[in-house]
Amino acid sequence: MRMNYEEKATMKVLMTGNEAIARGAWEAGVIVCAAYPGTPSTEIIENAATYKEMYSEWSPNEKVALEVGLGAAIGGGRTLVAMKHVGVNVAADPLFTLSYTGINAGLVLISADDPGMHSSQDEQDNRHYGRAAKIPILEPSDSQECLDFVRVALELSEEYDTPVMLRMTTRVSHSQSLVNLGERREIPLGPYIKNPGKYVMLPGHGRLRHPIVEERLHKLAEYAETSQLNRIEGKGKQGIITNGITYQYVREVFGKDVSLLKLGMTYPLPRGLITDFIQSVDTCYVIEELDPFIEDHIRAWGFSPHGKDVFPAIGELLPETIAACVPHLTQETSAPVSAAADPASSKTNRETSDDAPVLPGRPPVLCPGCPHRAVFYVLNRLKLTVSGDIGCYTLGALAPLNAMDTTICMGASIGAALGMEKARGKDFARNLVAVIGDSTFVHSGITALIDVVYNRGTTTTLILDNSTTGMTGHQENPTTGFTVGGEVTVQIDLPLLAKAVGVKRIVEVDPFDLDHFTEVLKTELAVEEPSVIIVRRPCVLVRPVSGRSKVASQPPVSVDADLCTGCAQCLRIGCPCLVKIEPETGSKIRKVSVDASQCTGCGLCVSLCRPQAIVRKDG
Amino acid sequence: MTMNNGQLPEPQSILIVGVGGQGTIFASRILAGVAVREAYDVKVSETHGMAQRGGSVVTQVRFGSEVASPIIALGQADIILGFEKLETLRWLPYAKDDGIILYNTQTINPMPVITGAANYPSDAGSRIQARFPQAVPVDALSLAQKCGTAKAVNVVLLGLLSRFLSLDEGVWLDILRETVPQRLLEANLAAFQAGREA
Repeated sequence: MRMNYEEKATMKVLMTGNEAIARGAWEAGVIVCAAYPGTPSTEIIENAATYKEMYSEWSPNEKVALEVGLGAAIGGGRTLVAMKHVGVNVAADPLFTLSYTGINAGLVLISADDPGMHSSQDEQDNRHYGRAAKIPILEPSDSQECLDFVRVALELSEEYDTPVMLRMTTRVSHSQSLVNLGERREIPLGPYIKNPGKYVMLPGHGRLRHPIVEERLHKLAEYAETSQLNRIEGKGKQGIITNGITYQYVREVFGKDVSLLKLGMTYPLPRGLITDFIQSVDTCYVIEELDPFIEDHIRAWGFSPHGKDVFPAIGELLPETIAACVPHLTQETSAPVSAAADPASSKTNRETSDDAPVLPGRPPVLCPGCPHRAVFYVLNRLKLTVSGDIGCYTLGALAPLNAMDTTICMGASIGAALGMEKARGKDFARNLVAVIGDSTFVHSGITALIDVVYNRGTTTTLILDNSTTGMTGHQENPTTGFTVGGEVTVQIDLPLLAKAVGVKRIVEVDPFDLDHFTEVLKTELAVEEPSVIIVRRPCVLVRPVSGRSKVASQPPVSVDADLCTGCAQCLRIGCPCLVKIEPETGSKIRKVSVDASQCTGCGLCVSLCRPQAIVRKDG
Repeated sequence: MTMNNGQLPEPQSILIVGVGGQGTIFASRILAGVAVREAYDVKVSETHGMAQRGGSVVTQVRFGSEVASPIIALGQADIILGFEKLETLRWLPYAKDDGIILYNTQTINPMPVITGAANYPSDAGSRIQARFPQAVPVDALSLAQKCGTAKAVNVVLLGLLSRFLSLDEGVWLDILRETVPQRLLEANLAAFQAGREA
């Protein structure tokens, strides 16, 4: 069905959902964008920063991002704020009260949820936030809708004087589909008029605002009844109510033989529209990823659609899962999906037949050359209790490093270490460290460090300063000295910051100097006062920015097979470049070889090799 | 082996699997770029974040007159393009019964194998061939190295893939020229041809 070349002239552009969100903001006249990086939301601001008409920033955390956003919106400029689902936990404080004050110019909050936990510590369903904060929620299903819904969200925001949540999921954020591009429409800055009754939330003012919020919800529910965001497609005896990416899966699985109510606005819900739809079909299914959000509303209205009695509330609702849950529905249509698919096995065991041996998994690992590898090797050797945090270094928890005891949320490491010390005593704290990355420390570690000092703790804190925000794809942060746009800015002085909050023992070390690093660690653990060890070595993948020195690449190392004894000491660092090879004829010793295609020549294994079999190629 | 006779059903679903860092996302973007230039409806789904750190990664490309889901359901891939042997084996159940399997014979040991907790399935290749006798193995790493850069493994594999899709060769080359940095272009164009002739 190829189109001819004339039609190609109006070719559309392929974009991820995140790129389309940034484009939509630009077209809708947004002037301020703020975010903290977090998968799957990160690329929104990275793309926004490429449009020079918009100011974009990496904020130190999501709460600050939303506060910058609300200031911009109250100040009269259209605003976009973006974060991953758990980021909204951090930003929840301003969000709930912003709902009371309302905005001046439009504000859209992008919440990028992560069903399936591709890169997250939980799979919370942030639609509950929209409901709890009493603000509308829009859920796009592809990149075109991402672009369009940003504009609609800003218009709704202004018309109803409310922040609007645009809820993405990983598959919407990271899928590419075709988008029609438009031009930017400049929106003049709204007038700024001082209005304490609206924007100063003293109890007396808040009490006057709350009824306005409730009335706003009623009006939004009326809007939802006729909004083009919600639409009915197809015609059949079976009815399906769905939203977000699940809409695309439902279309794929069931084709056009079912009645489909696609909800682009999932809060507040259009009760009349949904009631009519349910009454127009024989059986109704609510197919939504994660929690029964739409379903619970419908049940509260007295209907009993199928929902979480059939479809799992855990993980992604992939096409094969949907098909397997309702095989009778699938068979009635011309859908091409195999109904034999077993959702329980789809992620964990992809082997070809039941009796085939289980394949070794491939968990993520620290990259070749990663500075964190040395840190966790030493922590493992010293058998320390490690209070961990969120970042690439969380991978230090995995074999063979196995050097992390807890990881809960951004910034938890230092407070958790203090809590362990208060519960188990100072002797326990002598074998306990908090480990946190540079960006995470600025995000929400600094307040806990203040707590350590203030409440007379003895916590030893390791700040792993690799000069970037690694896991999310190498974003700038206040410790790197560069902005999202690559401009040079003031670089936080971490030792000075630790000193300013009252830490007296501050040491800077290179983790690849294993002996010195170990010595420093032992010394600081022994003393009964707070210590901060700043472990400095840049990420090997740090982004080249003008003005920043690149990490010098070194030739890969190699193994002198005559010297290798097969002791496997080097394998304890968990480097993906070091592999055991088959023994030579007549020998049982499995020696080690280096995968030169991956090796960055960091040399960590060289310093560990007792027989000195691992050598630098340049001698 | 080529099916360049317009008999493939629409939409086409191509699953690209490999190890984080092998360039699967770049490959999917080239393929998607070609399909867009050929005026198809196109959807792509990528893996970002933690899985990119050396984990098992999968990228999905679907194109046709109209595409709904960006995700390929179990048993519905027309083609699996495998960048690594174990990953190819792992994702085989996503192929249609008559699916086309194209895979790089390179092996990259996952961490459980490096630590000794598991063994790399030494019979991975034969298990792939047993399930899909028509599967096409290719030593993409050697071919890429011959073309001047080991990093062009992904473009070798795209060259191989291009033989099985009714997308114009000239458009493939156009998109490569527009996407690959100038200093790497010659090696990558050679890699594409090497894959196409493999």
